[in-house]
Amino acid sequence: MSEETVLQVRDLCLWYAPGSPTLKHVSLDLPERQVTALIGPSGCGKSTFLKTLDRMNDLIPGVRVTGSVRYRGRELYDPSVDVTWLRKQIGMVFQKPNPFPMSIYDNVAYGPRTHGVRDRGRLDGIVEGSLRGAALWEEVRDRLKKPALALSGGQQQRLCIARALAVEPDVLLMDEATSALDPISTSKIEELISELKERYTIVTVTHNMQQAARISDKCAFFLLGELIEFGDTTQLFSLPRDKRTEDYITGRFG
Amino acid sequence: MRRRFHPAEAGMRIAFLLCGLVAIAFVLVITLYLILAGLPGFGHIGFWDFLLGRVWDPAAGRFGILPFLLASLYGAAGAILLGAPVGLLCAVFLAKLAPPRLAAVLRPAVEVLAGIPSVVYGLVGMLVLVPAVRRWFRLPDGASLFAAIVVLAVMLLPSVIRVAETALRAVPPEYEAASLALGATEIETVFRVSLPAASSGVAAAVILGVGRALGEAMAVLMVAGNGANMPGLFRSVRFLTTAVAGEMAYAAGLQREALFSIALVLFVFILLINGALAALLKGR
Repeated sequence: MSEETVLQVRDLCLWYAPGSPTLKHVSLDLPERQVTALIGPSGCGKSTFLKTLDRMNDLIPGVRVTGSVRYRGRELYDPSVDVTWLRKQIGMVFQKPNPFPMSIYDNVAYGPRTHGVRDRGRLDGIVEGSLRGAALWEEVRDRLKKPALALSGGQQQRLCIARALAVEPDVLLMDEATSALDPISTSKIEELISELKERYTIVTVTHNMQQAARISDKCAFFLLGELIEFGDTTQLFSLPRDKRTEDYITGRFG
Repeated sequence: MRRRFHPAEAGMRIAFLLCGLVAIAFVLVITLYLILAGLPGFGHIGFWDFLLGRVWDPAAGRFGILPFLLASLYGAAGAILLGAPVGLLCAVFLAKLAPPRLAAVLRPAVEVLAGIPSVVYGLVGMLVLVPAVRRWFRLPDGASLFAAIVVLAVMLLPSVIRVAETALRAVPPEYEAASLALGATEIETVFRVSLPAASSGVAAAVILGVGRALGEAMAVLMVAGNGANMPGLFRSVRFLTTAVAGEMAYAAGLQREALFSIALVLFVFILLINGALAALLKGR
């Protein structure tokens, strides 16, 4: 199978403060239309790594990044890159569902409006398409004007996914997107991820080993800021090359 | 363990209670006094003649306060129109956009602005602003509603900034992160997410500013000209506050009653504003 690389990371280091880096010389290639899971114990740098892919770390004062992240050949950390363009290509779903305190409709329409879509009919189409894409349309179609915060946690998270889809991203980053949800909502989102990878490249951070095994094609194991092992999920879970990976996935630490 | 009686504890409790009661007692006494002192004027002049009368001429026995009422309302509205946008944008800058070092200089500066006595605002207004207004607009005298509005706009900045900044800081950062992650710029995020999410606090800041502008006497007295005219932007005007402050020293008889009635009107205004403020802050 020939794989197009969407995100190519080379020798990436990141410091939150001068001293020891939080990410140490990470290199990996994220393939198109596959789900890549980032696993590892708390504080291993996987969420930090995820945020380097859409430069959300820019917001934290004092952060320094070296190395290279290329998105379809373009260097993300090049000063000429328009961060808003980049974040339109690479969407993000957060750990805690964070819909805006607005109506369901306005939440989904926020991104397209930001990027200049004003036409009511087109917005309606985008909202419906995105909500369908996030498997939420049937549940909310007759209450689009209701406040998003009245939805359940699982619905809110799917709304956040719909909101991210509405700007037609290429890549979807998910930062432990199911960790704040109950098992039923979690399985709905897992199903959704499997559908979404037909169209999107997905990178997901998860603490849940079974989830990583169930939904991902590729898996990257981080420990103390280092990428220990990266490969096909089936291989990584059945025949880990590194002793530390094996210890982690068999639950001996972390 | 059983509770034992500590005389010092009990004594301090009583002291705290008494201090609390003193504050309440003052509010009650002032309210009562204003009502008792303010109502006779309404009776003797006539409710509508008093509130809607266009002429204030104590020598002729005419006590209409419509000019003062409108001057106060226009003054407060003008000051808010001018000061609130500046204050809100300054709050946005402090809460969201300013580099930490700049914010560390700016925030104390705002505090100093809040601490400047109103007579100093009045003085600067009188010596700098009033002559400038006279020159710019080629008026015989620069002391006017316009000058009062400018001074009040500056004076209400600190309260607007402080309350709005607190409200903006209380906006969950996740909202802003979500907006940025969708490719919105920081400025778009401020206007489309942060400010709407902080809207009740922002409204409270504006109302607080209105209260500040309505209640100010000293600075207004020094720059507004104090003519008992129906208000015009470049006319000499008298506010409710300055009407009381300017004449009370020598007023007697019905004029004195009328001034107390003006104070009562002002008091009712401030009560309404505080009520609106409390409702807003409770609602969020």
